Amino acid sequence: MSDRFFVRLLAIVAVAGLVLAACGSDDGGETPPAADDGADAAEPVDISGTTLTVSNWDAYMPKSVIKDFEEETGVTVEYAIHTTNEDIMGKLTGANGTGFDLVFVSGPFVQALTNLGWAAEIDHSQIPNIANLDAEATELPFDPGNVHSVPYTWGTTGICYRSDLVSETPSSWEVFNQAPADLQDKMTMLGTDRWLLQPALLSLGYSVNTTDAAQIDEAKQWTIAAKENLLAFDDTTFYSKLVSGEASLVQAWDGWCEYGRAEDPKNIEFVIPDEGSDLWSDTMVVLESSENKAAAYAFIDYILRPEVGKQVVEFTLYKMPNAEVMAAVDPAIVKDFPTLAISPAELFEQETQTDLGEDGTILWAEAATEIKA
Amino acid sequence: MSVAAARTRRARGRRVWGQRFVLLGPGMTYWLVFFLVPVGVLIAYSFFRRGPYGGVIYEPTLKNYARALDPLYIGVLWTSVRIATVATAVALLLAYPAALFIARATSRWRVPLLVLVILPFWTSFLIRTYAWMLLLNPAGLINKLLQAVGLIDEPLPLLYNEFAVTLGLVYAYLPLMVLPIYASLERLGPQAGEASADLYASPAQTLRKVTIPLTLPGIVAGCIFVFVPSLGNFIVPDLLGGGRTVMIGNVIQQQFLQARDWPFGAVLAMSVIVLMFVVLAVQAQVLRRTQEVEDGRPA
Repeated sequence: MSDRFFVRLLAIVAVAGLVLAACGSDDGGETPPAADDGADAAEPVDISGTTLTVSNWDAYMPKSVIKDFEEETGVTVEYAIHTTNEDIMGKLTGANGTGFDLVFVSGPFVQALTNLGWAAEIDHSQIPNIANLDAEATELPFDPGNVHSVPYTWGTTGICYRSDLVSETPSSWEVFNQAPADLQDKMTMLGTDRWLLQPALLSLGYSVNTTDAAQIDEAKQWTIAAKENLLAFDDTTFYSKLVSGEASLVQAWDGWCEYGRAEDPKNIEFVIPDEGSDLWSDTMVVLESSENKAAAYAFIDYILRPEVGKQVVEFTLYKMPNAEVMAAVDPAIVKDFPTLAISPAELFEQETQTDLGEDGTILWAEAATEIKA
Repeated sequence: MSVAAARTRRARGRRVWGQRFVLLGPGMTYWLVFFLVPVGVLIAYSFFRRGPYGGVIYEPTLKNYARALDPLYIGVLWTSVRIATVATAVALLLAYPAALFIARATSRWRVPLLVLVILPFWTSFLIRTYAWMLLLNPAGLINKLLQAVGLIDEPLPLLYNEFAVTLGLVYAYLPLMVLPIYASLERLGPQAGEASADLYASPAQTLRKVTIPLTLPGIVAGCIFVFVPSLGNFIVPDLLGGGRTVMIGNVIQQQFLQARDWPFGAVLAMSVIVLMFVVLAVQAQVLRRTQEVEDGRPA
């Protein structure tokens, strides 16, 4: 009898475990709006004792930076995690633009937050270190003049490859579509909509922000042909596939290629193909609904300090658009991870990703589904 | 019949209802709040226009349903049904003998064996799926081993295809097939088999004509436990399929997390729910038939 009871119990535990596993972990979650003190941004606001609710990607900022900020200012940081831009957009949509003081989102989503009226206009006078930004970072097409956003990191997408496994140095996005024999089934491309179509669009000479149905269709055909040559679409483990030799050449974000180089410094290389690439930027946006904008500005200002930004760069291996910060980074690290030395001018030659709008987004998503189906 | 008797009966009725409420209340409330309400929201969303950045604009439309009829999405749904069906069939073939073995083991072995069956659930599903990637990849353990033994020269394409997806789903949900089948075998007990043997049935005949028909409810329950989550799974096709084999779960996830098209995602999710209802209706039919057999009425 007890045997049977045990079986039922097992079944219940098993099902519960399965459901939990399927749901994955989402520790971030929504935290109630912060800050009690409604002091409006007059001159020196005392922010100590207040709470600042921030949402950022996981492992995109060293924990020590947050702790040091808390110690220095007396502000408590509620640090939430989002997995994607769409994830934080979903949380904000559900709460009508409230619940956070400061969110980290990519450029196109600055436009989205601005259009929805959820992004606050940034008071530059409260962020003296904003002067440290590279000139290029103050004129990014998704937010010229940094009215609603302050760039956190930026970078580009290129080809990351094992120099010992490719017969010739890649120089064109065409490699995915016209694979040499030794790269057949040895390549991965990024699977997220915005990057999935990029090799095709750049090869065909179109904008990475195109919303033209005919161009998107052409890029779709190109990518469907390329799929035959690929090992997989991969957004998360492509660099370890390079390290293991499972793949020889992958489409990669510059910083993530460096994660591979960290494990195999001799053989892993990064190149921006001749047709060019995109310039993406992840930014900090203060929400209009925030009742603790003073602390949000203080946080941004803190991140823009050379000695703080330096820790971010050395931890994430992504560049900050901030000459003072980049100058402070340990030269040995820049030598080991050469994409950190890509200059702002060279980055700015690439096309900045901007929002595709409603119709554009649908066209891109349908193309992505068709490519993968 | 006196007034007093009527009053007692009414009081007893109230007590029964009170009892039902206490027993069912918490579960029903949970179900209502965390299942019925979200599904209701989903249904409502499916009839509105998408908002440009996620969410919905409250303008009624049927366009989302029309779009779901596109051969592209029907094709994905069909692929998902096919993969989930194969995974369920393979899981059944593996699980039935295993369950039979456990049910026939001595009672002191049964519990340890069952614990072994559910042991994988004690680690994260994601980690176990990544482990399969390490095993199956061209430079992975299985290929290395086969090459070392000299069975193959070139690595076998084990990963990033439909085979890998099916394997991953079978692996993920196999315990959910074993447990209900075991439960029904255990409920059946050894007597039916003994009676069948006394009547000169061979072991194979006993299995085919007695054991399997009488454990059909367990089989059907197991099939549903495997089929339903397989159909909606998006992690396995993403990781083991390398994003090259797309299932309906991936498209739904893409609508919510990339395309910001909640209403269309809702329509696709509904299509899965409708499919599940069909499956559950089949189960109910099978259960009724078995019940009739057990009650001795003609099937």
